[in-house]
Amino acid sequence: MNQAVSVDEVSSATVVAQPGAPSSAGQSEEPTPVPTNAMPPEDTGPAAPQSSIFHHARYVISENPVTGFAFALFLLIVICAVFGPWIAPYDPLASTDATLAPPSASHWFGTDQLGRDILSRVIVATRLDLGIAVWSVALVFLLGGISGVAAGFFGGWVDLLVGRLADTIMAFPLFVLAMGIVAALGNTVTNIVIATAIINFPLYARVARAEANTRRNAGFVLAARLSGNSEMRILLGQILPNVMPIMVVQMSLTMGYAILNAAGLSFIGLGVRPPTAEWGIMVAEGAAFMVSGEWWNAFFPGAALVLAVFCFNLLGDGLRDIVDPQRRT
Amino acid sequence: MLQTIGRRLLTVIPTLIGVVIVTFLLTRVLPGDPAVYFAGPAATPDSIEEIRKTLGFDQPLATQFVYYLRDLVHGDFGTSLTTGQPVVSDIAARLPASAELTLLGLIVAILIAVPLGIVAAVRQGSFIDHACRVVATAGVSLPVFFTGLVLVYVFYFLLGWAPAPLGRLDIFYMTPNSVTGFYLIDSLLAGEFETFRAALAQLVLPVATLAIFSIAPIARMTRASMLSALSSEFVRTARASGLSPYRVVITYAFGNAMLPVITTFGMVFSFLLGANVLVEKVFAWPGIGSYAVEALIASDYAPVQGFVLTMAVLYVMLNLAIDLLYGVIDPRMRLEG
Repeated sequence: MNQAVSVDEVSSATVVAQPGAPSSAGQSEEPTPVPTNAMPPEDTGPAAPQSSIFHHARYVISENPVTGFAFALFLLIVICAVFGPWIAPYDPLASTDATLAPPSASHWFGTDQLGRDILSRVIVATRLDLGIAVWSVALVFLLGGISGVAAGFFGGWVDLLVGRLADTIMAFPLFVLAMGIVAALGNTVTNIVIATAIINFPLYARVARAEANTRRNAGFVLAARLSGNSEMRILLGQILPNVMPIMVVQMSLTMGYAILNAAGLSFIGLGVRPPTAEWGIMVAEGAAFMVSGEWWNAFFPGAALVLAVFCFNLLGDGLRDIVDPQRRT
Repeated sequence: MLQTIGRRLLTVIPTLIGVVIVTFLLTRVLPGDPAVYFAGPAATPDSIEEIRKTLGFDQPLATQFVYYLRDLVHGDFGTSLTTGQPVVSDIAARLPASAELTLLGLIVAILIAVPLGIVAAVRQGSFIDHACRVVATAGVSLPVFFTGLVLVYVFYFLLGWAPAPLGRLDIFYMTPNSVTGFYLIDSLLAGEFETFRAALAQLVLPVATLAIFSIAPIARMTRASMLSALSSEFVRTARASGLSPYRVVITYAFGNAMLPVITTFGMVFSFLLGANVLVEKVFAWPGIGSYAVEALIASDYAPVQGFVLTMAVLYVMLNLAIDLLYGVIDPRMRLEG
């Protein structure tokens, strides 16, 4: 752990110097208020003044236009997920005679081997892909977050149990474990959500444990204990809200991984079944045409996947800069 | 030193027990009837009943676990319904193909990522540093199966530089006599340089796919760890003493920065072993990953279990090897032992 901490310290120190390099000289004067501005929400938790968080968020986005770009991309993805069926120009499941047509004015992304419009399928698939990721991340947020916080706060056998469980999951190559879980529980989308949640469990439990552990004897916890709160009440009322910001960052950092994992599982034929539109299975169906030159079949759903994952990774980094600037690498 | 190794070996035991229990639970705590799963899709009620008896599913769970352990000790992972062979011999026959691919992918990734990370740290804020950042962020966002397919399209279909993505060796070549199971080594041992060249040609794209995927975490960690080493006091002292920049960076800074990088290899291996499954499917690679995928599609249950267990045991062993390597590199670990 010592190494990790020292790495973080160094890189956070270097960050101040970095932003000046790509941008103009005028902006490089700004970094000085960052640490002072950022510290209050870190220390006082959710009770910190909102305006300072927004100020800092605006600063991070203006300093790093990539985060702004990621946010715009995120909006696009959400719009596709919510309004997908209405935006899509064609019926994603309707076969036509125009099979394997290259991208054109009427079919921007071309058509697949059954003559279905790929653009429509890519748009409609957003809801399913995003849904799998959101549900699995929400599930592991609940399971991993609560058990991790309990482990860090109570210590003792709870800590031992959660630690052992996390270690055992980590002993498997994660994607392989997910394959095994889906194979055992049954080949459905729900089980992909469960498997993705399980393999992310150690990550969440460890972060929550570490955060809760450093706060178990903090001043505000002692004060709450002294005023007669039960341990459970302290855990839920004092520790949990303070750990929450870090956990939310963790969620957005693992969203991309959850999407990748689910798409990987459906690429090898688990979970989603044809003719359902889903990015992973669309890439799998288009894979055979890659060697014969019909690249658009696999390329566009794959590119959508890459963009979505890239967006969430950037967004996660940006969010971490806002919530926890010291961890920036 | 020996004591340290011994102690480290002991810590593997609880992990292995955990792995075996989880794999066992994955087999038995199915929502349906495990006997039906093991019998496969084309089973009759009689054959299901027979499998229930032979596999001991009519016994209590604890007894079943003992049977399961007994079978494992005897190397019995069950029989594959699709190949008709014992799962152990299937996996043993296909493991070298996967190992050759994965190890080469990791070696190539290290050869690119470590120098990239070092240069990015030394020339912080330079073009290379930004390139390193882009590679690190893009690398973790690219699904391996997509990278693989794009590489196939560009280098096989468009440019025609790479051979067709169909397995380890073009059908025109004879497979070399199996000594290690690694075609590259076997063909060299047999002195068949033409076969060596052909096997290497088949390997280039899948290895590149795996390497692109694993460069990101290694480069990122090397950069971060080098930055921390470069700003330390012993590096400042070394610089102040007038040592050459090369000596300072490589001997002093990198020597110390290596440890966290090696720790990252554990995580990289976890990703690599998973990514391997996807890459094998894209390139029709006859390894254990594609074996498991075929079995999954055919609802052939025993090979999947064998595969998960093999991968987990391999991964535990790799982590052990990394830890032992850590002890060799870091003298402090030896003193503590």
